[in-house]
Amino acid sequence: MKRTLPAVLLTATLALAAGCDGSGGGDASQANAASGPITIWLSNNSEELAWGKAMVESWNAAHADQKITAQEIPAGKSSEEVIGAAITAGNAPCLIFNTAPAAIPQFQKQGGLVALDEFDGAAQYITDRTGDTAEQYKSPDGKFYQMPWKSNPVMIFYNKDIFAKAGLDPEKPALSTYDEFLTAARKIKSSGAAPAAIYPAPSSEFFQSWFDFYPLFAAETDGKQLVADKKAQFNSPEGQKVADFWKTIYAEGLAPKELYNGDSFADKKAAMAIVGPWAVAVYGDKVKWGAVPVPTSTGKPAEQVKTFSDAKNVAMYSACQNRATAWEVIKFATSQEQDGKLLDATGQMPLRKDLQTAYPDYFTQNPAYKQFADQAARTVEVPNVPNSVAIWQAFRDAYSESVIFGKQPVADAFSGAATKVDELASGS
Amino acid sequence: MTAAPIEGGVRRNRVAAFFGRHPVGMILSAPYAVYIAVVFAYPLGFSLWISFHDYFFAAPGAVVDHPFVGFDNYKAVLTDPAVRQSFGNIGIFLIINVPLTAALALILAVALNRVVHARTFLRVAFYVPYVTASVAVVGVWLFLFNSGGLVNSVLGPFAPDPSWLVNEGLAMPVIALFVVWKQLGFFILLYLAALQNVPNELYESASVDGANGWNKFWSITVPAVRPATALVVILALITGANLFTEPYLLTGGGGPNGASTSPVLLMYQRGLQQGEPDFAAALGVILVIGVLIVALINRRFIEGKD
Repeated sequence: MKRTLPAVLLTATLALAAGCDGSGGGDASQANAASGPITIWLSNNSEELAWGKAMVESWNAAHADQKITAQEIPAGKSSEEVIGAAITAGNAPCLIFNTAPAAIPQFQKQGGLVALDEFDGAAQYITDRTGDTAEQYKSPDGKFYQMPWKSNPVMIFYNKDIFAKAGLDPEKPALSTYDEFLTAARKIKSSGAAPAAIYPAPSSEFFQSWFDFYPLFAAETDGKQLVADKKAQFNSPEGQKVADFWKTIYAEGLAPKELYNGDSFADKKAAMAIVGPWAVAVYGDKVKWGAVPVPTSTGKPAEQVKTFSDAKNVAMYSACQNRATAWEVIKFATSQEQDGKLLDATGQMPLRKDLQTAYPDYFTQNPAYKQFADQAARTVEVPNVPNSVAIWQAFRDAYSESVIFGKQPVADAFSGAATKVDELASGS
Repeated sequence: MTAAPIEGGVRRNRVAAFFGRHPVGMILSAPYAVYIAVVFAYPLGFSLWISFHDYFFAAPGAVVDHPFVGFDNYKAVLTDPAVRQSFGNIGIFLIINVPLTAALALILAVALNRVVHARTFLRVAFYVPYVTASVAVVGVWLFLFNSGGLVNSVLGPFAPDPSWLVNEGLAMPVIALFVVWKQLGFFILLYLAALQNVPNELYESASVDGANGWNKFWSITVPAVRPATALVVILALITGANLFTEPYLLTGGGGPNGASTSPVLLMYQRGLQQGEPDFAAALGVILVIGVLIVALINRRFIEGKD
């Protein structure tokens, strides 16, 4: 008996495990046609939450039989992990208004997403609203598993007071070429105006490259993604130039190599930061800021510079039973009226092709946001490829080793990472 | 006509053999057995199964294949340089953490055992870091060990460059020291309990024989608390094998350059962040086997054959 009981337990365990293969029933077409109450998750950013609650209230007032129940995304290390767990558990909500494009391939592979193309006119609606940029949000199978919603085109924010203290022009600083940027950074550091010229997070998380390497790579290459046609694009002369720029920043101590716990720009520990317009509301009156496009090696004119979008989109999850309502809610929440309210409440840029002409009053009253709207028309998204997160992690590891810590020549590190990324992008 | 009573008797004997002489014991232990089965045996068996299949987490209802891949996941784990680096990092951690934990805990327990005044205050003082959430105390260490921190201010020109937590050679030792400091209170308590069982007569006899303090400590105290030492070493080893929060928070996700990545941190990154639970499960199984081997070696050398 002493031996039989553990053996029975183990066998039962393995049998149960083998049985848990995720297969089961479910009528997708029935769910696609069904209307009724739905749940949605919203970001926990206070401005966005306020917009979301107002949007829900507005919908619920007109749809008594199809009420939305909204809540913040449950707390977790990252939204992507929480959503991934919810997909596996089968309790994801119908819609999440904070789905990161980088996570889409993984959620799709999990069978957690509904292709929006399954709804009449959906693909047309997306393209009409978003324009050519919508193409970046298509999955490799040609379908939309995400509704492009809003972007935060990242730019170089600078602190006008620190710049003035360092003897730099606070109104029109020369920051468009790598040389100009480095000269300004050196002046900030040597003058003691701030402990750091710029302070991107030097940590190893896969997404950190979106706020140092990737915006400059997008600008330098006129809009190339990290991966195209299943091939890594960063192991190129342009990628090397961007890496060398950042390597100089770290080697000269213009950016610290250790993590700052907090917002270094808001805390005035750094004179510059790479962030999107969401930060404007956060900085408030704490920092007198200005913003310029990210630099390029040759100093491209501002109107030609591309950057990383830092977009968050709306996705419909396969656990949803009333998908017809969910699709109507997507259309409602991304309508011109609701996009205008989002812009007004958060300063984030709805992913609309007609952004500036749709809200002329807003941009007249808030001229500071106009440059972000300009920039929003020239954004580059993360590639929508298999193993997306693993690809970013492989890149980050190589970047960290060669650029931040200088332990390996950039060319060698990038070449090794490119081989790995090619393998991952091919789906193996 | 006589068959029935015999059959009944046999059945009763079988039932008695199954439930033992005190069937109520089975009932009382059943909740714990269920708990072990659900919380320990099932996940362990499941992860073992995952490690031999091409597996990823899928939505209920999603039709996905999980083909048997034999030892492919294990091969991937064993040939991954990041895994080798993480085990190397843990090796450095254990070499620093385990002996230091055992030695400091014993020395401080002996000292605390002799203290007459403020005994409770001192015991609590050592115990507070253990019961404080890692996330909170990590903040204190970041304040101490970042480049502009207190330690570097005191060291001045002697401060390491790059600083402690971004220095590949120093990041793991700093984490090991942090964990020694954090866990010490618990291990001191274990030793304090063990010290209560050491007969005072032994020390008195040794004094009569002319033994000094060191001789008494080395010849009486250390052998007497050997079972506690074995427990301390095993628990410190398990802490090391499970290391996650400290490198994650102190060094920003396993930096610098992977020098503080632990196998569990890698399991989290590969299994949850990068959607490769099969790889993570194989790594977990290897980690469990590694800990079992080290625990067996520990039993052999520290606990002895008795």
